[in-house]
Amino acid sequence: MYSRLYKALISVPPLLWVGLFLLLPYALMFAHSFWLVRDGVIVHQWNFQNYAKLSQNPVYAEVLFRTARIAASVTVLSLLLGYPLAYYMSFHASLRKDLLYQLVIVPLWVSYLVRGYAWKTILGSDGVLNGFLQYLHITKEPVSFFLYSPFAVILTLTHIYTPFVFLPLYASLEHIPRNLIEASHDLGAGPRSTFFRVVVPLSIPGLLAGATFAFVLTLGDFLGPMLVGGPSSIMIANIVQSLFGTAYDWPLGAAIAVCILLLTIALLFLAEHLEKCWAFR
Amino acid sequence: MTAASSTPPLPHPPNQALLEVRNIAKSFGAREVLKNISLEIASGEFLTLLGESGSGKTTLLRLIAGFAQPTSGEIWMSSSRFDTLPPYQRRVNTVFQHYALFPHLTVADNVAYGLRVTHAPASEIPTRVQAALQMVKMQEYSSVRPSRLSGGQQQRVALARALVNRPQLLLLDEPLSALDANLRKQMQGELKSLQRELGITFLFVTHDQEEAMALSDRIALLKDGHLEQVASPREIYSHPATSYTAQFIGQTNLLRADVNNGVAISGPLRWPTIAPDGPMLFSLRPESIQLASSSTSILNAVRFRARIHQQIFSGSVEQLEIDHSGQLLRVRIPARGPLTGEHEFAFNPADAILVRD
Repeated sequence: MYSRLYKALISVPPLLWVGLFLLLPYALMFAHSFWLVRDGVIVHQWNFQNYAKLSQNPVYAEVLFRTARIAASVTVLSLLLGYPLAYYMSFHASLRKDLLYQLVIVPLWVSYLVRGYAWKTILGSDGVLNGFLQYLHITKEPVSFFLYSPFAVILTLTHIYTPFVFLPLYASLEHIPRNLIEASHDLGAGPRSTFFRVVVPLSIPGLLAGATFAFVLTLGDFLGPMLVGGPSSIMIANIVQSLFGTAYDWPLGAAIAVCILLLTIALLFLAEHLEKCWAFR
Repeated sequence: MTAASSTPPLPHPPNQALLEVRNIAKSFGAREVLKNISLEIASGEFLTLLGESGSGKTTLLRLIAGFAQPTSGEIWMSSSRFDTLPPYQRRVNTVFQHYALFPHLTVADNVAYGLRVTHAPASEIPTRVQAALQMVKMQEYSSVRPSRLSGGQQQRVALARALVNRPQLLLLDEPLSALDANLRKQMQGELKSLQRELGITFLFVTHDQEEAMALSDRIALLKDGHLEQVASPREIYSHPATSYTAQFIGQTNLLRADVNNGVAISGPLRWPTIAPDGPMLFSLRPESIQLASSSTSILNAVRFRARIHQQIFSGSVEQLEIDHSGQLLRVRIPARGPLTGEHEFAFNPADAILVRD
């Protein structure tokens, strides 16, 4: 139908884009992770020093585990918030559906920084939450551990990433044929039994997609801990950022980035495999 | 519900009403879908709800299944109020139009679903599932997922999934409409013999009048949300109550006639009738009109001459359209070769059935 030349020509721009802005940077990052810094200059000398440093210094593993812990918490919390909301909207909201949907989506148009600062204002020592608690005479002094703690990071990231969990969940719930719910009732299963035997199994692809979003996005997040985190909740991306910035150790930063990238790719493959196992149509 | 579902259906004296629909009406907003429907279904009966799309037949089925609530009226089953129960407490099961098999469960797990959720004794579940699958000849597909099955096979599984619960009443919502013609005919036969064997009451919804005629003990014909006529296939065919029934079930000639002193006059045709005086509507089936030469045995036959207007040969019969001084009539006679020109036709005046408009 189309000539060979035409096909070749239209595929040039996307290929160029992917090559220049995706493959080349990854290649550079990968190369950097095998180079080293000597006297404040990056030396193009191939070695495994960076990876050795990562495996020997326990700080990196500790930060990585903390990051994974935070990511897991955010995933679980956003699923706990997102699932009931998606379920309610898909099965019971009827006329309010569109309005609720917009309400869930609108925060996505608000800048990440604004949402981060909003939590700063709420959690800070003369913030909204402390003012409220003192007003009710529940606390006498401002509580300082709300802000600059892993708790604050988890709270903020849960707020930011819940829509990402909600969307695939909602889509998968909307795809459940309603006559399956009727069939379940018809066969004698009440609402609870129907939920656990029909709705949950059929929403597992959406659940996996949502969980993957929350986990992977949190894994690479550095703004959240920067805004509300404090020293006790430094995450792996903060270390990468400082290594590329003030610490000026691009090779070590690149090595960490490669590790995170491999971890993420492994997670995505796992999620895709699991989703395939649970896709029945 | 829990213990009851594992016992066979309660024995009913034959012909006692199992289900009673009393003055049911259903509106969706301003649209009245069902208007004052009253219907009794006898135990062990095969009753068909027949009607065009939009006649309200599926809505009535959904009210009985419990998927929707009537706007007014009541439904009773075995002398207890039924329409107030949620669907999962009703001892009826449904075979859905598009099967509605659970895609994440195997065939065997689909069939076992009803038994598991109602806590049937675990020891008898496998036996009952296998028996149900054997009934519909699907036992070798036990461990297959529904997406691997053809439409006809899915339909069999859907049937087994419903019947394994031994419902008192089985609701079937156009279960054969998605199947091709041959498979459809075959499944019709199987459905009918299953129903006879099991003695379960079937409430069958279809828009296909031939299917309704072939399967049913009685047909309830719905039109625009009201019952047009409820009768056995033979009765509804030979004595349609209304012009709509006469036209919907089989073909007919509707004759508008003036009755005067026991004689009906419709254009050039006239025949003796017991109908009262006044303008009346009669239904005369095409096969009631015969060539006069072959109908000499009809007593008091009404004879008339008509021109052959059109002839369609369809195997064993000839469909004729004849012109009787400007009045067009449909005639069905045994196949006998091409006809042309004018012929003498005859019909038994008793076959001209008085119908309501």
